[in-house]
Amino acid sequence: MSSVESLPRVRGLRLPHADGLIQWIVPLAIVLIWQIACETGLVPARVLPAPSDVALAGWKLLLSGELARNIWVSFWRAATGFVIGGSIGFAFGLANGLSQLSNKLTDTTLQMVRNVPHLALIPLVILWFGIDESAKLFLVALGVFFPIYLNTLHGVRSVDPQLIEMGRIYGMSDGELFRRVIFPGALPSIFVGVRFALGIMWLTLIVAETIAASSGLGYMAMQAREFMQIDVVVLSILIYALLGKLADSVARVLERLTLSWHPAFQKH
Amino acid sequence: MQEALRFLSPDAEPVDRADFIEQARLAWRSSEAPSRGLPLTIRGLRKSFGDNEVLRGIDLHIPAGQFVAIVGRSGCGKSTLLRLIAGLESIDAGTISFGQETRPEDVRVMFQEPRLLPWARVLSNVEVGLGRERASPDAQARAERALAEVGLDDKRGQWPAVLSGGQKQRVALARALVSDPRILAFDEPLGALDALTRISMQRLLERVWRDQAFTAILVTHDVSEAVALADRVLVIENGRIAHDIHVDIPRPRRRGSADLAALEGSILRELLQSVDEPPDL
Repeated sequence: MSSVESLPRVRGLRLPHADGLIQWIVPLAIVLIWQIACETGLVPARVLPAPSDVALAGWKLLLSGELARNIWVSFWRAATGFVIGGSIGFAFGLANGLSQLSNKLTDTTLQMVRNVPHLALIPLVILWFGIDESAKLFLVALGVFFPIYLNTLHGVRSVDPQLIEMGRIYGMSDGELFRRVIFPGALPSIFVGVRFALGIMWLTLIVAETIAASSGLGYMAMQAREFMQIDVVVLSILIYALLGKLADSVARVLERLTLSWHPAFQKH
Repeated sequence: MQEALRFLSPDAEPVDRADFIEQARLAWRSSEAPSRGLPLTIRGLRKSFGDNEVLRGIDLHIPAGQFVAIVGRSGCGKSTLLRLIAGLESIDAGTISFGQETRPEDVRVMFQEPRLLPWARVLSNVEVGLGRERASPDAQARAERALAEVGLDDKRGQWPAVLSGGQKQRVALARALVSDPRILAFDEPLGALDALTRISMQRLLERVWRDQAFTAILVTHDVSEAVALADRVLVIENGRIAHDIHVDIPRPRRRGSADLAALEGSILRELLQSVDEPPDL
């Protein structure tokens, strides 16, 4: 056993930290090609400004404080809406997964609401809330609710009934059964919901901010369009991409921390 | 005496030595105080699922500390009987009594699947077995002792996912043992293991049964396993006890010995006779 273990691994080069860097090769290459295409005049600046111009626009906005303010506003909306919609979705998912009565009472209604594209509610939401903060929070929360609800429900339902029987045999109370068997069993599925929800969160926020807002990244992009500042428009889009990636990375880290027992997350 | 002489002779195999120690331990054991296992009395037990009557009147007395194996064809009701004894199903008619007051921790079950919590390390999986005594200060020490009993003390910090099938089943056994049960019910606990692992698990079961002196009820479809381990083999057919066979072969029993083979053969014949199949088989 130990002699086998000590044999050198021949699974390609393993540079330290290479795993973290390797994922950025393709985005960097794209930026590079983009820069070259713009410099050589292959892509006219009116269609797509060069990355250097976008960076310059970003630098100017950063100095004026406008960029930081808009990012902060958007981030705050996204996070608040996510927490509100996510908690409600989680609560309903648990309730309907654990209680037949609750499931019969609410699931049909929720499924009907789910089939309405939540962005179709924008006109109604504007009528209700104006272009107030609550309009954006409402839409983000609504969008985030369903993936978390559905995946929590699925997670709770798919916990192995043999494990639940085992917990009962060994005298676990309802609370203990939830804490030690049901919740950890549902967690992988809940994380799938969280990562779906993060995608929907950004999507909803972009749309809501471009249509009905007076601050935030989406608003910044729409205003730049009015003044033909295409570099700022592209900048906003890139920032969305980075923020989306950031949110996903946070979810991944959380997943790895809490699901270390799962064979899929074990390093060896 | 003959055993001892063989052990002293220089060309004796090491196996003989182990057997000799086992024999000595058995002799010591039998001279001890009566078993701390619980006796079990079942009267007129019936159970149906829908229209299907699975148990049709079971009467049975198991003295304290006995190792009873229950065999039968699949669907004969043997697992249902075990689940009723363990309190996992409700009784339609009849009684099951243990002769005295019991705590929930006194009766434990081990299933074919290990049923370990994948998100809890081996040691905390064993601690689950303490039931209401989980919060007591010596919980960890007891769990460690139970793990040592099944020979897995070095795996205490592992996730169940990295263990082999046999090791998982040993963790499940430690979890069942940790509360010092007085009746231990096994529902095909070795059914999913390979042949070699089965044999070493059978030895382990026999050893812990002897050390801890609980009443053991083993449901199995493997007749050779039943005769190798049990004091008594019950054959269940059509929801009734069809045969009640005492296995008088002294322990430790040699696997593959003529006595065991003969008994196994006669039980298998009984089982096959009851089949409604053409006689030319």
